[in-house]
This record gives sequence, structure tokens and C-alpha cells, in this order.
Amino acid sequence: MTKPILSLRDVNKSFGPIDVLHNISLEVRPGEVLCLLGDNGAGKSTLIKILSGVHQPTGGEILMDGAPATFANPREASEHGIATVHQFGGTFPLMSIGRSFFVGAEPTKGWGPLQIYDRKRANEIAVKAVRDFGITRIEDGDRLVGGLSGGERQSLAIARAVHFGARVLILDEPTAALGVKQAAHVLRIVNEAKRRGLAVVFITHQVMHAMAVGDHFAVLIRGAIAADFRKGEKTREEITDLMAGGETMATLEAQIETYMNSHDGHAPQVGSH
Amino acid sequence: MSNPRIRLSARFSSLARRPETGSLLGLLIVFAFFAFFGGHSFLTPAGAASWLNVASEIGIVALPIGLLMIAGELDVSIGSVIPAASMTVAVVSGYYGLPIVLGVAAALALGLLVGLINGLFVVRTALPSFIVTLGSLFSVAGLTLGFTVLITGSTGVPIKAGPAAKAILGQFVGGKFEVSIFWWLGAIVIVGFLLHFSKFGNWIFALGGDKISARNAGIPTDLLTVLLFMGSGFSAAFVGLSTAILYNSAQVASGSSFIFNSIISVVIGGVLLTGGAGSVVGITFGTMTFAIVSQGIFYTGFDANWASLIIGVLLLLAVLLNNTFRKMALAFSTRLKGA
Repeated sequence: MTKPILSLRDVNKSFGPIDVLHNISLEVRPGEVLCLLGDNGAGKSTLIKILSGVHQPTGGEILMDGAPATFANPREASEHGIATVHQFGGTFPLMSIGRSFFVGAEPTKGWGPLQIYDRKRANEIAVKAVRDFGITRIEDGDRLVGGLSGGERQSLAIARAVHFGARVLILDEPTAALGVKQAAHVLRIVNEAKRRGLAVVFITHQVMHAMAVGDHFAVLIRGAIAADFRKGEKTREEITDLMAGGETMATLEAQIETYMNSHDGHAPQVGSH
Repeated sequence: MSNPRIRLSARFSSLARRPETGSLLGLLIVFAFFAFFGGHSFLTPAGAASWLNVASEIGIVALPIGLLMIAGELDVSIGSVIPAASMTVAVVSGYYGLPIVLGVAAALALGLLVGLINGLFVVRTALPSFIVTLGSLFSVAGLTLGFTVLITGSTGVPIKAGPAAKAILGQFVGGKFEVSIFWWLGAIVIVGFLLHFSKFGNWIFALGGDKISARNAGIPTDLLTVLLFMGSGFSAAFVGLSTAILYNSAQVASGSSFIFNSIISVVIGGVLLTGGAGSVVGITFGTMTFAIVSQGIFYTGFDANWASLIIGVLLLLAVLLNNTFRKMALAFSTRLKGA
């Protein structure tokens, strides 16, 4: 098995008196997709923010290639090759594909104060990078990002991260806001990134999507890792149950049904007992 | 791509995607309107000079205001930086009689300083820039009035600039055209280069599009914001000092009309109020449109009071058009690729 690129060892995070993450230990290897599953409020977004340098852990350590690393800000995380792609792609809807692809790293021609943004080259590289990820509908780098579908925007953001040398790709709920087709599209891109040897951290609460691409799964409940297993070790139902906090959906459904039967078909009121 | 209908609509979509398309339409309509109702005298050099002079003064301020608005900020403090700069050059070089170079330098430094303070305040407090610059609008106006009365004992100060300063900063070329028209043209070239051809332009668009993503992409967003505010302070100071030199005097209250006039010009020019889109060509068209309406009315038989109505309606139309063009720009690209 290859060595992990990024590992967390007993990472804790608290905001004042509130503990958000307890003793999180995780490893991400190149060419592997680690799915981070968890319900809303389980601490997924805090974990992402620690990985991407927005927050710093209050305890434990982060290792890059086996050596301790600290990310004081998002810039430092990305210098270590960690790229985070957010739900809406983090792109600029009113900018062209070429311009948004190269934001902050614009190719120029000319010299001195007369350096000119090289639109042609930017467009060529951006379109090629996106097409290499299988988005063949994109032909013109002058098109506005806002004209792309949600899936295409995600793909553009992933292609951008890979182009600029990302080794660890953190995808924050990339499929949450997408329709079935678009989500499948993004999952294909995730597989392509994996094939290219990137380590992918895929955050989601959609078990189906996680199982489609994941090699390794971690379920986060109330800030702690409740389960850590590899592909094929658990069924979809088992994972869903885990995410719901151990209480199986089946039991819950049975409870509701019993209640409705004894209350003229009314559903139970939340917090009434 | 051989289908001519697709090619035509592709060309149309790329035209619609350009933010200046709407402002060019507006300019042509307004120009045709006043050429028709204003008659021959509107089309003479004197008629052209009347609106070009107004356009140049607003335009020099509207360009950096446009950059700020594309970056998602606003600066209303220009309304008091203009008279403050007029007053600075008049007090330094008129009242105290120091060399004009010193007065000009002091006025420009004042503009940069107000911009620096605005920028730092906006970046540090994360308050809306409208509120911050509204505060500095009143503060600078108060300081200008207070110091002017304290130093000179009056609210108007005369200044007599030498022929060289007059030639460069404040005279009528050919008896009609203000020299500021040429400064405006220079500013269009410089700001146009910065916004559309340099990488800083890309940073400004990104900043206005999504500040956090821009910062994560490594753009020094705070520095950029401060520099943009300094740019608008500098330009406002330039307009202030050159009008003082042109009219041989400075008044403490003479700039508040610039606040709305420049913002209106920028919006008519197709800059989105939400930031992230706009163009220098559009801003220039918007400025010309505004100037033509405000001056062209005098060439028609209409009561000049109607000019504000036309500008108000134009502004609303411009905002609607901007929205429509933006929607078209975003929608066309997906539909076309399906075709």
C-alpha cells in the first residue's frame, strides 16, 4: 500500500468551551478517495476548514508526506498542494472560463509595466484542461462561467486545482446541489482525478455517491469518527444507519408508523414527548 | 459551426456578452434624440464642447469609481475630496502664494490620503464602503470648511496660476474645449489597459465576483481594495485642483453633484451594482450619455428641468438592460452548446 500524503493524528478543535472535533485520525493516500460521511452538524465543515488552512487545530497534528505541517491560512495549505473545491465551485459566474481559470496566476506576455494578460493562451490551456477531464462541451474559453451547468463548474474548479499542482483534492459536498445526471458527471471527474494519482477527500452525506467512488470511508458523528472502514466492508444500509447516529432508519419508520396508527394518522410532533 | 443561424446567434451572444452593448445603444439613442430636437447648434463644435467639458470632468472621476464598483465597493467621499483639493491648491498656491507645483502636489496627496484612509477602514472593519465613505464625505467637508475659514476667513479663495500651469491643467483649447478632455482621454487609455489588458484587471473582476475565492486564489485583496480607493481619491483631487486652476478660484462646497453623476454614468455604462462586471468603454459611453442629456437639454426648446427626468428614466432603463444582458450572456452559452 502506498504511503499517505496527508494524515491527521488525534486532531481536536474547540471554539472556546465548545468541542467540535475529538481525536480525529485519518489518512489519505494518492490514487485513493476517502469519503467523509456525516449528517449536518457532524463537524464535516470544521474538518475541511482545518485541512484547507482556514482553522488551525487546537490539538493533535497534521502530517504531509509523514512530516508535521501547519497551515496558517488557505494560501499555505494550497502551497502544500491541498486544494479545496466548494459546493458551487468557488468560481466567478461573470468571468470567462479562461479568466477565472487563471485568477491569481494570469499568464502574461510583454515585459515591465506593459505586461499584457495573454487571453489566447489562458483560454487554450483552460479549455484543454477541462476537456482532458471529459467536459467536451466546452470549446470556447471566452464563455462565461455562469453559463455552465453546476457539474461543469465543479469540473472546471477541479481541473483548475489539478492544473495548479494539487496533490490532495478536498471536495466539499460537490454533488449536493446537483441533479442525478450532473452528479454522475462530477463522480466521473472524481474517478479521473483518482486515476491521475491524486488523493481525494470527498465530503458528502449522500451514501450512494460515496459508494460510487470511495475506497475508504469515515463516518463522522458529533465531531468524532464513529466508523472507519474500506470499500466493500459495509452495506449501504449499514452506512446510512451509522450516519443517522446508530438509530436505524427502519426503527424510526416503525416508530412513526405505530404513532400514526394510534393517533388517527397524524404524524408525531417533534419534541412532544 | 457551418449552420449560419448558429453562427449568427453565436455572434449575437458574444455581442450580448459585452457589457458595453447596452450603453452604446443608450448613447446612440440619446445622441440622435438631441441631434434631432437640439437642431444645428447642438452639432456645432461649441455644442460638442459643452457636453464634452462636462463629460471629461465626470469621466475622470467615473473611471476609478467604475473600477471600485466592479470590485464591489463604492466611494461617495469624492463629493468632498473635489472641493477639498480645489481649496488645498487655492490656499497653498493662492493664499500663501507658494509655487503651484506644491499646491498641486498637496492637493493630490490629500486625495491619496483620503483614499488610503477609506481603503484601510473598509478593509479593517469590513463595514459597507458606502457607510465608510459617507462618513469621510462629511468629515472631509467639515475639515475643508473649518480650515478654510480658520486660515483665510472666507469660504471662497482666489488662485492665479501661471501660464504653464494653466496650459497643462486649466484652460480652454480653441476657446471652447477644456484641457481636461485630454486628461480624460489619457485616463481612459490607462484605466482601460489596467482593467482589460493587465492581470490586475482580472484581480478586480475576481474581487468583485467573489472576494473569498479571490483571496484563496492568492490575490492580495486588501491591498487591491486600498489601492482602488486611493485611485478614486487621486482622480477626485485631480478634478478638484484643475477646476480651481480653470476658474481661478475655489469654493468650499462644489463637488456633491459629482457623487451621483459619476455613479449614474458608471451604471448607465453597464457596470453591475453587485460588482464583478463592467468595462471601460461602457463607462465612457455612460459618461458621454449622461453629459449629453444634462447639456443637450439646453439646445432643445424644452425646459431644462426635464433633464433630470430623462436621466432618472435612463438610469432605470440601464439597470434593467444590464440585468437582461447579463441573463442573456449567461443563458445563451448553455443553449448554444446544446444546439
